[in-house]
Order: sequence, then structure tokens, then C-alpha cells
Amino acid sequence: MTLFGYRVPMMASLLVWCILWEIVGRMDLMFILPPFSDVLVAAVDLVQLPSWQSATVTTLRAFFIGMVLSVVVGIPLGMLMGRVKIADDLLGMWVNIFSSAPLSAIVPVLMILFGFGENTIIAAVFLFAIWIIVLDTRAGVRHISPSLIEMARSYGASRPALYSKIIVWAALPEILAGIRLGLIRGVKGVVIGQLLVAIVGYGALFETFSRNFRMPQFWALTIILFAFALVVSALIEWAEAKVEFYAGVR
Amino acid sequence: MHAAIVRNDAVPTNVVSDAIVEVRGISKTYSGVEALRDVDLDFPRGKLTSLLGPSGCGKTTLLKIIAGLIGADRGTVAVNGKKVSAPGPERAFVFQDFALLPWATVLRNVAFGLELRGTAKEEREAIARRYVVDVGLAGFEDKYPHELSGGMRQRVGLARALCVDADVLLLDEPFSAVDEQNRRKFQEDLIRLRTNQNKTFIFVTHSIEEAVYISDRIVLLSPRPGRVSRIIEPEIDRSGDPDRIHRDKHYLDTVQEIWQGLKQYVE
Amino acid sequence: MSSGSGVGGAASLASPSRGVQAGRLIERPIVLRLVSIALFAAIWQVAGLIPVSFAFPTFSDTMVAFVRMIADGSLPTAYISTLQPLILGVILATFAGVGVGTLCGLSRPGEWLLIPVFIVLQAAPVAAFIPLVTFIYGIGMTAKTLAVIILALPVIVLNTYKAVRNVNESLLVMNRSFMGTRWQEVTKIVLPDASPVIFAGLRLGVAAGFVGVVLAELLITPTGIGDLITFARSRANYAGMYATIASVIALSTVTLVALQWIEIRVFRPEKRGG
Repeated sequence: MTLFGYRVPMMASLLVWCILWEIVGRMDLMFILPPFSDVLVAAVDLVQLPSWQSATVTTLRAFFIGMVLSVVVGIPLGMLMGRVKIADDLLGMWVNIFSSAPLSAIVPVLMILFGFGENTIIAAVFLFAIWIIVLDTRAGVRHISPSLIEMARSYGASRPALYSKIIVWAALPEILAGIRLGLIRGVKGVVIGQLLVAIVGYGALFETFSRNFRMPQFWALTIILFAFALVVSALIEWAEAKVEFYAGVR
Repeated sequence: MHAAIVRNDAVPTNVVSDAIVEVRGISKTYSGVEALRDVDLDFPRGKLTSLLGPSGCGKTTLLKIIAGLIGADRGTVAVNGKKVSAPGPERAFVFQDFALLPWATVLRNVAFGLELRGTAKEEREAIARRYVVDVGLAGFEDKYPHELSGGMRQRVGLARALCVDADVLLLDEPFSAVDEQNRRKFQEDLIRLRTNQNKTFIFVTHSIEEAVYISDRIVLLSPRPGRVSRIIEPEIDRSGDPDRIHRDKHYLDTVQEIWQGLKQYVE
Repeated sequence: MSSGSGVGGAASLASPSRGVQAGRLIERPIVLRLVSIALFAAIWQVAGLIPVSFAFPTFSDTMVAFVRMIADGSLPTAYISTLQPLILGVILATFAGVGVGTLCGLSRPGEWLLIPVFIVLQAAPVAAFIPLVTFIYGIGMTAKTLAVIILALPVIVLNTYKAVRNVNESLLVMNRSFMGTRWQEVTKIVLPDASPVIFAGLRLGVAAGFVGVVLAELLITPTGIGDLITFARSRANYAGMYATIASVIALSTVTLVALQWIEIRVFRPEKRGG
């Protein structure tokens, strides 16, 4: 949007909403909505608390392990489905089902299979993130121009060379897009998992804050989470832009 | 000037007596690039005039200014003596990329101009059916665009433009997205179609052969800035077998003549 | 599908996996699908027989439990309680989402003001809000409906917005050349052209709605399907628990496929038959 001839960046409107939040909060209409400034103060206090720091470490570790697992499993699976028709026929249906299924319903199963602890959270992240990575990798492999693969074959590329020198790189833009969407889903997985397990990491903090009606802390934690999700996806988007300069030529 | 090509004694000029479209002093600059500079041009009523030139000569820009789809920086366009600056019922446009509604049948696409004018469904479909037959698409009324070849899609685009009964048809490189064989057939059909439609055609093309083959009058534009460099009236007899035209000496000479003139603009 | 590619910059951050999810379920040949299902059931059965865990029932036990829960009425009763807020929430989110998305796609100030909010909500784990909802609305139907709307709305708004924003430019010019009004432009060009991407958004919204309602029932309101899952777990009735969960996933899949079928039959005549 342009205002008085200046281009106002789109995300700037979030400032307007923050100001509105401050005003509504000051009017004291709802106890669940404290002024934005109180939330910011609470956020500053929160990050100094040992309980927040340990919860963050737990959450980040579960998120990281779950994401690594889903990338490590998801990309080969997607490549398999992209290259081998029978694998695609047999697995495609299930990957599609799970990519849009209400996975929150499965978390209770994870809780009894993996215990009320970090393993359940890791499993939740994995389960939320992997399907979109598989789907996008598959789409990327499918979009590779056949002449590129024929070129590699005609120059005598071995099968490992074909995969490591051609297919991974040609499908990289889609794979990165899949990882970015997987990260967003993984953040949702970690939060939903922790909310349901309720004694681990941020889930426990949310539980404490909401039970004791500590609204500024509750919102501070929410904002930190949102900021984390946005930063993660912005980082991957930056990596995608780096890849784009050659991908665009295809 | 070139007596071999221009049979009448007078050299064709920018201004003619019975003009339906009058372009006066049109200039247009796009983000620093001068697309058109001070163009004066008349389009005679009932004729097919081609705007021909290399890419970047502003021929499509000029056509869209006449259509009222983009505004000029300076100058005026008058149709039937009235100044225009927006699309009007007396002009109809045929698009390079067809611009058909993918979710609508051939019949609805052809009738779409009338639909926008609020013509009753039965009436507009009756009119549309007639033009579907005229452009050679009988039997395809209920097909969807993706079921048609490029040439057939553009026939739908042409029928849509004919349907609104405008005096002036504006065609923006209508055959550029049509394959070669279909283009030849379409050009022949266009010549035939013109004899029973009393309309003025303004035709943008970058193909010299196409321009000479179908035009009464060819306006050559030079690039950067776009200006009228020459006007040619190839007097080719199109009454007989259309294939004969391609072997006609006069046709071949004119093509060669124009190519010699345009060569300097090609890198 | 060609439409719906990124709007660039910030907005593409919310791109919902190019709308492929439910798409390919319909196209597969029926035999391969049956083989695939049989294989899945067989692996489940073997895993249950080993067993991989004390809490992992076989496929056949789960099926028996499923039939029993339908027969004794517990599953149908739970679904009545779950589907009401789900359907209501999805309908409200659809109307609000398509409306707001269209407005944002057509108006620059609207885009500037609202789209960043929905980008944030789409990328962020809004599930964290669900406990909050109970503070205001208690644990009834309203809270569940709101949970559905919170999760479904952002993706519907963003898909609609993107579709409207990326409408085929040449069709707009065509509309203008035939003197179509602004209203005709929106109703005859923009919305039909945007409808495939809008429908993809609706399907994602329904999927998110299922997540929302189940989550709300697991977290806060002990009713419906969520309660059935929790209750079966507390009684160590794992077959019943798995049967309930499998039924939710099956229902959401069937709903998504049905939505796509309706979309093609009713709204996209040119895709019929191929």
C-alpha cells in the first residue's frame, strides 16, 4: 500500500494492530486481554526465568530432533515415490490422507506408545511435518525435465551419481518449500503435543499460566512462539530465494 | 515513390477522406521507454488495415490505445467522429492469448460480450449460434476451450468480437499463438469472412507475409520511438482461389519490398 | 493447477502446499487403492500380533471394536456432539473467510491491514489459543465452534485472497474491452477464475476444522469424539481408542474427497469427464 506517496510495507500494519491491542487492553474490557505493553514487560521477565529457559531448551530439542527425523525420512520417501511408480501407487494414498488428517487425534496414541515425555513430542513433530515434505519432494522429482535425466544417462551417470548430482539439485526448490511448510507444521505439532501432554516444556508453562490467570505471561509466551514460527519460516524462505536464482531458469 | 507497388498515382497518406478511426498526435511513454511519438493515422472505413513492425515499435500499444484499454500521454482517438478514451460498443477486441473463460462453453464465450450488456439469454444465444457457424465452429457450441485447438479457440475469440456487432474489430496478433497450418486456414477464412461482414478491421501483426496476404492497407511502424514510417496499399485481387495469392508476383514483390525496408531494424 | 503460485514476499510464507492434498485421492485406479488398503491393514495386523506395544491392538480387534461402538450407539452419539460445532464452524469460517479474502484481494488498504494478521495466524500455532477460548465461553458448543473457526479461517482467507489477487489479467482486460462493470468483473470473472484455489482453501479449512474440534474436545471440553478417545484410554480399551481415532481420520478423508467431487460436479463443468 502507498500512503502520501510512500510505500508502506505490508507487515507494518501489525504495528497498527499492536496499538489497537494496547488501547483495547487499557480499556480493561476483557480480563484475558491485558495491554500490549504489559505483555512486552512480561515477555522480558519471562525470558529471564529458569523455568522458561529450560522449557525452551526442551521444546527446541524435541522440535529439532523431530524435524531432522522427518527430513531424513521424508526426502528419500518422496524421491522413491517420485521415481518408482509402484511405491507411489501404494504409498501415495496414505501420504495424502495423513497430510490432511486431523493428526491431533493421534497424539493420545503417541502418549501411550511413547510415554508422557519428550519422545511423544518428537513423534508429534515428526508426524505433523513429514507428509508435506514427502509430497513436495515427490512433486519436485516429478517436475524434473526428462531430458535432464536422459542427458545424465547418455553421459554414463551411475545411479548414485544420477541421484546425488541431478535429482536432488533439480528438485531442490520444491524440497525446500516442503521443508518450510513442514517446519510450520512441526511448530504446530510441538505445541499441540505439549498442550496435550501438558507436563512438558511450553505445554506445562501454558497450563500454569492459564490455570493461574496470568494473562500477560500467557500472551508473552504465545507471542514468543509466534515469533519463533515466523522467524523459522523466514529463514527457510531466505534459503529458497538463494536457490531460486538458478531454479528460475528451468 | 514505389510505383510498382502503389498503383494509384497518389502516395497513401496518414489522412484519408472516409476515416472511421482517426488517431491524432498520440504519444505514449512506458517507464522511460518511448513507445509511441506523435502518431497521426487514419483508418479507412470498411478496410482491413495492418499495423506492421518489429517488436518494440508500439503496434500493440497503439491498438490498445485505440481500444481504450490504455490511455495515451498525449493526443486523441476519434471513432465515427467522436473522441474516445475508454472501451465502447463500436469497437471489439480480439486477444492474442484468446482470453476465453475456461469455465464457459463455446456458446457462452461467444455470447459473453452480449451477456455483459444484459441481453436476454435466449436472444444472445441465438445471435451467438449464428456467429459460431460463421467462423466455422458448428457442432462445437457445447465444448469447453480446453477441448479446442489454438486455432479453434481464436475462432471463438473472433466470433465473440463479431457478436457484439461493433463497427471496428481490433485484432492483436490473433494468429501468433496458432500453429502454422491452422494459421493459413484461418487467414483464408478471414478473407472470406470479410466479404460478408461490412466491418473495419485493424490488425496487428509482426508477419510480413500475413500482412500482405490479408490487408488492404499496411502501416509500417518504426521502433523506439514508434512512428509511422510508411503506408503501403497492396492492391491484390483476393476474389479467386486464396492459394493463388501466395504465388502472385505482386504479393511476392510487396513482401520483399517491405522486408528490405524493415531489415535495418533487425539486429 | 496453474493458479495460486506465490504472491511474493511475505504472503508466500503461508502458501498451503499448492493445494495437492486431497486432490489425488480420486484419480487413483480402484484396484491399486484396494491393494494399498489391504497392505496397510495387513501390516497393522502383524504389528498388533507381535505386538509392538501393549497398547497396540491388531487391525481385526480395532475393527471389532469399531462395529461394537457403532452398535452400542456410543460412536454415533459422540459424532453428533462433535459434528455440530464442526459444521457450524466450517460454514461460518467459509462465509467469513471467502468474504474477507475477496475484499483483501480487491482492495489495497484491506490487503495491507488484514493479510499480515492472517499470515501470522496461518504460520503460528494458533492451537495455543484454544485453552483461552474456554475462559470466555466455557466448555460448551460455542468454545468448540470457535476452536474450529480459529483454525480454519486463516487458510480460507489466505487462499481466497491469493486467488483473487492473482486473477488472470487478460480476462480482466477482456471484460473491460466489452465494457463489463466492476460488479460484473467480480462476479463473472474474478470469482469463477479464483474458485479452484478458493475450493482448495476450503478443503484445507475443513481439514484444519477437524483438527480444531478434536483438539478442543481433548483439551477442554470432555464431550464427543475427544472424550471417547480419552475415556477409552483411561479404561485401557486400546482397540476402542484406535477405532475412534481411525474413524475420525477416515471421516475427514471422506469429507475432503466428497468436497472435491462436489466442486467438480457442481462448480467446474469443464473438468467433468476430463
